Amino acid sequence: MAAPTSDADWSRVRLHVVTGKGGTGKSTVAASLALGLASQGQQVLLCEVEGRQGIARMFDVDPLPYAERRIATGLRHNGTPPGVVHALHIDPESALLEYLSMYYKLGRAGRALDRFGVIEFATTIAPGVRDVLLTGKVFEAVRRNSRNKGAISYDAVVLDAPPTGRITRFLNVNDELAGLAKVGPIRSQADTVMTLFRSPRTVVHLVTVLEEMPVQETADGIAELTRAGLPVGAVIVNLVRPRDISPADLEAARDGTLDASRVATDLEEAGVDVADGLVDGLLAEAHDHAERRALEDAQRAVVAQLGRPTYELPRLAGGVDLGGLYELAADLKKQGLA
Amino acid sequence: MSTQQKRSRPRFGPLATSPGPVPDLDVDALLDDRGTGIIVCCGSGGVGKTTTSAALALRAAERGRKVVVLTIDPARRLAQSMGIERLDNTPRPVDGLRTNAKGNRQGGGLDAMMLDMKRTFDEVVESQATPEKAKQILENPFYIALSSSFAGTQEYMAMEKLGQIHADAQADGSYDLIVVDTPPSRSALDFLDAPERLSSFLDGRFIRLLLAPAKGPARMMSAGFGLITGALNKVLGAQVLRDMQTFVAAFDTLFGGFRQRAQKTFELLQADGTAFLVVAAPEPDALREAAYFVERLGEDRMPLAGLIVNRASPIPQGTLSADEAMAASARLRKREPGSLTAGLLRLHADQTRMVEREALLRERFAAAHPEVPTAVVPALAGDVHDLAGLRRIGQLLAGA
Ligand SMILES: Nc1ncnc2c1ncn2[C@@H]1O[C@H](COP(=O)(O)OP(=O)(O)OP(=O)(O)O)[C@@H](O)[C@H]1O
Ligand SMILES: Nc1ncnc2c1ncn2[C@@H]1O[C@H](COP(=O)(O)OP(=O)(O)O)[C@@H](O)[C@H]1O
Ligand SMILES: [Mg+2]
Ligand SMILES: [Mg+2]
Repeated sequence: MAAPTSDADWSRVRLHVVTGKGGTGKSTVAASLALGLASQGQQVLLCEVEGRQGIARMFDVDPLPYAERRIATGLRHNGTPPGVVHALHIDPESALLEYLSMYYKLGRAGRALDRFGVIEFATTIAPGVRDVLLTGKVFEAVRRNSRNKGAISYDAVVLDAPPTGRITRFLNVNDELAGLAKVGPIRSQADTVMTLFRSPRTVVHLVTVLEEMPVQETADGIAELTRAGLPVGAVIVNLVRPRDISPADLEAARDGTLDASRVATDLEEAGVDVADGLVDGLLAEAHDHAERRALEDAQRAVVAQLGRPTYELPRLAGGVDLGGLYELAADLKKQGLA
Repeated sequence: MSTQQKRSRPRFGPLATSPGPVPDLDVDALLDDRGTGIIVCCGSGGVGKTTTSAALALRAAERGRKVVVLTIDPARRLAQSMGIERLDNTPRPVDGLRTNAKGNRQGGGLDAMMLDMKRTFDEVVESQATPEKAKQILENPFYIALSSSFAGTQEYMAMEKLGQIHADAQADGSYDLIVVDTPPSRSALDFLDAPERLSSFLDGRFIRLLLAPAKGPARMMSAGFGLITGALNKVLGAQVLRDMQTFVAAFDTLFGGFRQRAQKTFELLQADGTAFLVVAAPEPDALREAAYFVERLGEDRMPLAGLIVNRASPIPQGTLSADEAMAASARLRKREPGSLTAGLLRLHADQTRMVEREALLRERFAAAHPEVPTAVVPALAGDVHDLAGLRRIGQLLAGA
């Protein structure tokens, strides 16, 4: 696909956060990016935090526990041995229990917390606590320290993150906590996490499709992330329609002036039976396609104005299975994101 | 897919694409039935719930019903064209409805509003508590979190607003049909679960402990409680626990009222005058959510009117298979790289593949839920952002 290329260099990034409007393909892009990075020989951890088991579905494995599981291997590339993708499903309850046991010797109190519904309370309502826990675990995976003995260390962590509307708040745990935990260990942990998130080691990629609402949301998301001092990465345009019809033909298709007899002749020469209203059908499809393409091109221009490195992924007509993920991964690699 | 199946697939019209003997959803009969008082559009995010609710509401109004549509998150241009881009939490009349040949709409009309979740919550608090108490609640950080970001508050407030509008409409006859859009949650079930989740949360063990630590049933409890507060203070700092306690104490007296009203709205949803429409995109996740939802409605004895499969790929004309089209496209491209016809064949191949895949997904849904009346709405080439677009979706919904 003739996608915009970019010479941005992502090789120093340790944490790729993938956000976007709901349903635009965050999970798909995060998984492909993880595979793409593994194809360069990197050891990659793919995390999800929304409790949906999307990774398990995409890779066709059993639901993931709160533990790192090996799920795929990258493609061999230029003789370099491929890296491995591990996956982790982070839920706030497990993260809190792990956190407490790692940093506090709470003993009986730790168990009481669960028994009295405090864990549930803390992870559902206490403002910001949930996000502190989820981001805290991601942070731990990026910056493995001596407290987590025997853990695998990764070259890159890819996070299938909450959608654009919630991403700034999610990553900006510090601000969220400001009105709440003004002191104490949770607060100082949040500060350390923020340092990583605001560093060039982290990037937030935004996935969009070429429609008005998602592109608008992407623009708003970039502005909001920027205001919060969080590093915006690439814009990944997903579900892009084929672009192999020339602009002049597209215009003619929209106006209904495509040359039907030329199409019919071509079809006959290619050995296709043109009975059955095929030519009319193709021209009708061309008309709808051209109209959609015009909308897409208008939105593509808006995306270009966002001033971020942009990558494009095709709409796979057969849907995305594991093979499709590798296909998208190869595409991201070719374009230089992975 | 075998040729036989392919040939038996009718080629035109959205309803003609139903696989097998799935009953068609008769949208106009539903809208025209004066017994239909509430239509709820459910489904997972991004499938077209907002668009569908607005399109149904417009169609009903133009067919003579007095309609109000409660939308949650319309696209900006859609909101503008309906005159509701200002969030003021009250229904506003929509201009530009089409009159029939006789120059009237048989008394039909359409109001629309966009839900402001926080404001709805604040208003409930204000209407239930004394001014000082309300102020105390509204400023509490736990209330702010609950009313602006607790998963489920938006659903809860949509129900609350539905209850209010319904009560008002009963009192003054302002509307005879309420169409409800639901929040863009990841699961359609959230709409039904949210009120329960919120109340069980507010009824939870920990909250009860916070309310009456001294009155615990046994010494064990208070010993445990001391441990917990100690641990929480250690992790979060003491202020947090104090805020929490203030919030819970202040909220407790209000909560009975909340719960009662949620219960009433739930009963309203079970009543005969309510019709649930499940909206799904022809994608695995969306259809799986739709299936869960259909099952759940059955368990809760809530009236399901049907499934709407939105943004379906339009059925291509002709019987040329995807593989044949791709092969012919490659042949033409070898001869002439920029060949228009090659491009057209490639589009046709993609389209055919998508249609086949979607048909398979729908067949799977229908195999598990053969009784659910279904309407299929094709993806329009353009966005749906004005009344004309909504009218078009309405026609497609009705198979007209
Ligand atoms: N490039 C693509 N080609 C074809 N289908 C795609 C592509 N990208 C995503 N999809 C499909 O679109 C649907 C939504 O994708 P995905 O689940 O990745 O989105 P998401 O942004 O993670 O959604 P959510 O907000 O629900 O988490 C899936 O069925 C996926 O297979
Ligand atoms: N049948 C359709 N054809 C074309 N575009 C559609 C169709 N249905 C919805 N859309 C578009 O899809 C986008 C998302 O729809 P929306 O109704 O806001 O979804 P939801 O409320 O379920 O999140 C909107 O831009 C809308 O215009
Ligand atoms: Mg996802
Ligand atoms: Mg919506």
